[in-house]
Amino acid sequence: MPVSKRLGGAAFAALVVAAIPVGAQVTGDAAFSQVEKGRDLAVLGDCAACHTAPGLPPFAGGVVLQTPFGNLVAPNITPDIETGVGRLSLQDFQSVMSKGIGKGGYHLYGAMPFTAYTKVSAQDNAAIWAYLQTLEPVKNKIEPNQLPFPFNIRASLIGWNLLNFTQGEFKPDPKQSPDWNRGAYIVEGLGHCGTCHTPKNLIGGDKNSQFLEGATLQGWFAPNITADPHKGIGAWSEDEIVQYLKTGANRFDIASGPMAEVVEKSSQHWSEADLKAVAVYLKAGRNGEAKAPAPLPAGDKLMAAGQAVFADRCMGCHVATGAGVPKLFPRLAQAPLVNSDDPTTLIRVVLAGSRAGTTRAASTGPAMPSFAWNLSDQDVAAVLTYVRNSWGNAAPAVSAKDVASLRTSLQP
Amino acid sequence: MATKLPSTDVVVVGLGWAGSIIANELTDQGLEVVAFERGPWRETARDFNIASAPDELRYSQRQELMLQTAQNTVTARNTPSQTALPMRSWGSFHPGNGTGGAGNHWAGITFRFQPEEFRLKSHLTEKYGAGAIPAELTLQDWGTDWSEMEPFYTAFDQLAGLSGRAGNLKGQIREGGNPFEGPRSEEYPTGPMRQPYGPTLFAQAAKDLGYKPFPVPSALISEAYTNSLGITMGPCTFCGFCTNYGCANYSKASAITTILPVLTRKSNFRAQTNSEVLRVTLDATGKRATGVVYVDTSGKEWEQPADLVIVTAFTFENVRLMLLSGVGTPYDPETQTGTTGRNYAYQTANSVQLFFDDKNFNPFIGAGALGMGIDDFNNDNFDHSGLGFFGGGSIRVTPIGAAPIGYRPTPPGTPLWGSNWKRQTVKNYLSSMSIGCEASSYTTRTNYLSLDPTYTDRLGRPLLRITFDFSQNDLKMSQYCTDKVAGIAKAMNPRQQVAHPMTGHWNTGPYQSSHVVGGFVMGADPKTSAVNKYLQSWDVPNLFVVGASAFPQNPGYNPTGTVGALAFKAADAIRRLYLKNPGPLVSA
Repeated sequence: MPVSKRLGGAAFAALVVAAIPVGAQVTGDAAFSQVEKGRDLAVLGDCAACHTAPGLPPFAGGVVLQTPFGNLVAPNITPDIETGVGRLSLQDFQSVMSKGIGKGGYHLYGAMPFTAYTKVSAQDNAAIWAYLQTLEPVKNKIEPNQLPFPFNIRASLIGWNLLNFTQGEFKPDPKQSPDWNRGAYIVEGLGHCGTCHTPKNLIGGDKNSQFLEGATLQGWFAPNITADPHKGIGAWSEDEIVQYLKTGANRFDIASGPMAEVVEKSSQHWSEADLKAVAVYLKAGRNGEAKAPAPLPAGDKLMAAGQAVFADRCMGCHVATGAGVPKLFPRLAQAPLVNSDDPTTLIRVVLAGSRAGTTRAASTGPAMPSFAWNLSDQDVAAVLTYVRNSWGNAAPAVSAKDVASLRTSLQP
Repeated sequence: MATKLPSTDVVVVGLGWAGSIIANELTDQGLEVVAFERGPWRETARDFNIASAPDELRYSQRQELMLQTAQNTVTARNTPSQTALPMRSWGSFHPGNGTGGAGNHWAGITFRFQPEEFRLKSHLTEKYGAGAIPAELTLQDWGTDWSEMEPFYTAFDQLAGLSGRAGNLKGQIREGGNPFEGPRSEEYPTGPMRQPYGPTLFAQAAKDLGYKPFPVPSALISEAYTNSLGITMGPCTFCGFCTNYGCANYSKASAITTILPVLTRKSNFRAQTNSEVLRVTLDATGKRATGVVYVDTSGKEWEQPADLVIVTAFTFENVRLMLLSGVGTPYDPETQTGTTGRNYAYQTANSVQLFFDDKNFNPFIGAGALGMGIDDFNNDNFDHSGLGFFGGGSIRVTPIGAAPIGYRPTPPGTPLWGSNWKRQTVKNYLSSMSIGCEASSYTTRTNYLSLDPTYTDRLGRPLLRITFDFSQNDLKMSQYCTDKVAGIAKAMNPRQQVAHPMTGHWNTGPYQSSHVVGGFVMGADPKTSAVNKYLQSWDVPNLFVVGASAFPQNPGYNPTGTVGALAFKAADAIRRLYLKNPGPLVSA
């Protein structure tokens, strides 16, 4: 079975490599620390998420990215001359990261999140490049562009870039603290958090006015991670944000789905300073003053039905108050995901179940079972509506139609 | 001919409680450990999720978590003069299978044995005189003592997150705990469970009679707990699907909920499932284990060489592997020589059923290890002078959850089917309860384990043969203790009470308990024990055999807490003593 990832409206693109062998070799005394730095940055940017497929050597490519426009395959970025990036120079790599333009003038599809990577400093790019040069060259031929016509015509990307892309390195804000600036550099740049967490326009570009306010992709809703106290993570302390990114679990939530992978492969390995910086930046971010809407009234018919389903099926783990059990069963009361306008993830985990990520610090790896076989669309809609409007939560009701449609899309 | 694999530091046979604890300790020490498990891989997230785990037909009636008798079973008889017959379906006990072993489907009651137990023969001799011990019994000391055991009980408590209330904390007797327990160095990691109506009523009646009720110590934890390895467990929900089931709430401690998530992350650990170890291989001297031979699901045999072999299977397979591998001398009941198979014991199950008119116990609210107990008539907690027997039982009310298919509490005389049976079920389902007495089983000369001369497994290897019957000592004890239980029952004033003391001969049919112990026992004397106090084989010093197979007799307590403590004890001895100086740790 091919390894695949689905990208939502997001992203559109792939790196294609071409001719002329010019290596940007880093040699001499600086090499060791430069390579170390590059390795840490590659982890920070989670390059492996797309460029390392299970069962294949690191960075040999092959992860299929499913976009609404068709499939793209992440290329081999080991220094193999024929099938990897062995013929690229540092300048070529800088152009990929900063402009989204590949060797020979190709435009990259936005699945390679160059709209974020453009903010990465040239020095950091040089370090990443130095690290990539040290990898074992692997022969693994990839055809990245598997999009159907007309999306396979890269010329269309010129227009896309005009609408969706602002080139330029990150500029620190002198009014903000060094932590905030470091956090912004990571979140907006190499960390490319917006690739999943920022809503997309019709052609897959980021809606920058709604930066990090949550988006649907791969049949998951990547929640709002702004400082919104209701829909976002405004209630989380800086330490709790750090704990989540470092271990995959805090008293509010446990990473599962695509975020579990981010924690396992990337954020658990970040330095304490970077974790802190990201927390500072997110806490100081947008929507901190947002007001919660009013919940549905308790007398609502759907609410009553949902309460009964909750008592039978959910309460054993998530407990009657929706408080859950820290590090084991996610909290439902005042949880950003539960209060999101978009219930996709909630419907998904009830129907398909989900398994938490595991880290050294939080190795339990608990699972949410699938209830697809014993809860009807109506039951799922009712129980989620109840959960979304109890214990301080407030969010639009879930319809049986939404459940039915996701149920269909989850069929193999 | 087995294909030889590259050598490893340590081989562990069986990935239940003991094997997982030891594998975790030895990988911490930096050793490379390969563990073999004859059954499948099992884990909570995949196998025991809340939407499908509470399935009585699948797990209780059809016994999905148990070893299948087609793979391996035992033969049974009461006396050496009889011919044993194979068990083709499990009844009396339930051997486990798969990662987690019997620790997946256990109930979770987790007592520590008392200080006197570890020197039982010496204790009874000192107190009552050698002549007072019935001649049929072959009681022994364990070769260890309380001060050596206590730290490892504590290690197990903190691994499993046990819930309860200390009755003896550092020598101080504490109200509400079990005053008969040995002094413990630490309080239970989690507080006692909340008690349903039946246990509450029992505790009140017992207290009024002057006894000392306490919450039954439990491996179903009462509150969220992150254990000594950093693994998180959740509070028990009293769903009643513990005994025979895997726990879906991460509440019941087992190797899969408390160890394997950490162990499997280690690069120096490998678990090989669906791989049945056939024998421990010995070198030409017979004094050194060289590894194990196992068979995979294709029927292909492999030899895994290792410097250290740790056998941590269920009691039966521990002993059978030793017999099949030629470790030690098989026990001969005629001459009472040989130690492999010696001192097999069981547990003596007694109870009194109570039928009320005016009570509602909501018996579906339950858990495998939930309830109130008294120890006033357990082991040597009461004066045995002139009673003609030794031992006793743990008396308790532990509602395990009234399962929809199996729970039919009808009074004697009720037909087994038809309208009257239905009427009696309706009448008594909510309003009846039971007081159990899980009592000791003291070893005798003729209760032992050996290879069956006739019946073999699918590979042609002899099955293990159990020769066991209840001793006269145990039957007298049962009658005495059940009378005491009946006294408490009477004080609770039911409409009707029915006593079930153990009587007659052991029968493989009805379930009694899976507390089968002994057969490769520990001790200070190689003439009467197979392993020393570190669970190290007297004959083969790089072989450790760990489990309830090491118990020289069985007190009136559930065995698992002691199995866990012994596993920590063996691992500690290997880490601290054996690796520095491989060889016998105790000179015979």
